[in-house]
Amino acid sequence: MPESGSNRVPETGAFFQRDRTWHPPALTPGYKSSVLRSPRKALLSFDNTLSEISGPVFGHAMLGELDNDLIHNFARPGESAIGERIIVHGRVIDERGVGVPGVLLEFWQANAGGRYRHKKDGYLAPLDPNFGGCGRTLSGEDGGYAFRTVKPGPYPWPNGPNDWRPAHIHFSVFGHGFAQRLITQMYFEGDPLIWKCPIVRGIADKAAIEALTAVLDTQATIPMDALAYKFDIVLRGRRSSLFENRLEGN
Amino acid sequence: MAQSLDRLRESPSQTAGPYVHIGLTPNFCGIGDVYPSDLGAAMVNDKTKGERIKLHIRVLDGTGTPLKDALIEIWQADAEGLYNSPAELRGAADPNFSGWGRCPTDMETGLCAFETVKPGRVPFRDGRLMAPHITLWIVARGINIGLHTRLYFSDEEEANAGDPILARIEHRVRVPTLIAARQGDTYIFDVHLQGEKETVFFDS
Repeated sequence: MPESGSNRVPETGAFFQRDRTWHPPALTPGYKSSVLRSPRKALLSFDNTLSEISGPVFGHAMLGELDNDLIHNFARPGESAIGERIIVHGRVIDERGVGVPGVLLEFWQANAGGRYRHKKDGYLAPLDPNFGGCGRTLSGEDGGYAFRTVKPGPYPWPNGPNDWRPAHIHFSVFGHGFAQRLITQMYFEGDPLIWKCPIVRGIADKAAIEALTAVLDTQATIPMDALAYKFDIVLRGRRSSLFENRLEGN
Repeated sequence: MAQSLDRLRESPSQTAGPYVHIGLTPNFCGIGDVYPSDLGAAMVNDKTKGERIKLHIRVLDGTGTPLKDALIEIWQADAEGLYNSPAELRGAADPNFSGWGRCPTDMETGLCAFETVKPGRVPFRDGRLMAPHITLWIVARGINIGLHTRLYFSDEEEANAGDPILARIEHRVRVPTLIAARQGDTYIFDVHLQGEKETVFFDS
């Protein structure tokens, strides 16, 4: 059911097909872990059914006051995370350019030194006692979202003998249908590590890599407080349901 | 030159990486106090209608080794076959059932355990009923784009035989890769990412 207070008519058309030449393929040998974790047989294609067109909805009731503030949501009272203070903002839109309202965005990242708060991360850069690294928010009526954090540092990883991830923030986004479900990574404009990274280079098209690169947005900067980066996220568009069979049969 | 289609392109996917838990299940990886609980950890409550079942799901790589850093989300209809979603126009789903669950694979065993209800049947595009099924979405380090598949039930032989999606699998020997085996109230489902028993994954 639509969220209370909304007069939005739910859309029930099938989603546009995914362009799997634009996304990274499953097997990208330069990223070693993909070798044993990539299906080798062809995917089974079919037009969306209600199982893919529908998807879960999350309400504001689940959000805590600091969920979109990574500078403070793990910090001791009166303290804050160390690092370059930034605001990340943008819109969740679909391939038709339409804002996608009311969708859950979750993000996670390393601290300013490139260290994750995770027991499997043994990197020698220290943890920040005031930084957890997770946050979430819901997109507004026009698809807009924003959160505060510190800019993550690059970090080394055991792939090639000297591979470093560019600074990045992981994003998980729900759309209105489960077939729109997407996890991706946001990179920062001008980072020379972007073009060396085997995970990034799994994407064949330079324009697709640029689509994951957030741009410095001085207009959204808060003077004497935080710089800002703008990062729009595009989800699959939907076909009009005008010429579709009704799902329950005609 | 003809007009431009003027459409945007979907944001390209990237791997969830090995630390996906920090963002999606922070309590599971020891980051407490930020969220009261991990989202998707509970799908049912005391009032949820339908047959209670458990799902034991593992994800195995090309050597048969279970992934210990994967994350699975499931999406399913309620016991009456209705989705708890605005796109569900046939009626109101059970308000005590979310239909959506999230579980990281255990860091020692690789097991994901869901407690849910057995879903009712949902119509295919032409109105025929699909067999009861649960949609799975799997992400992990080494997986560049989330993998979609379905879990069907071993005790629904007749419905499975008439299911329009299972019917599209050309190589019939692969159909069993989508059918979970019932043991008591638990269904056992191994997802093989690669190899002889490779699970059928969807582009839908």
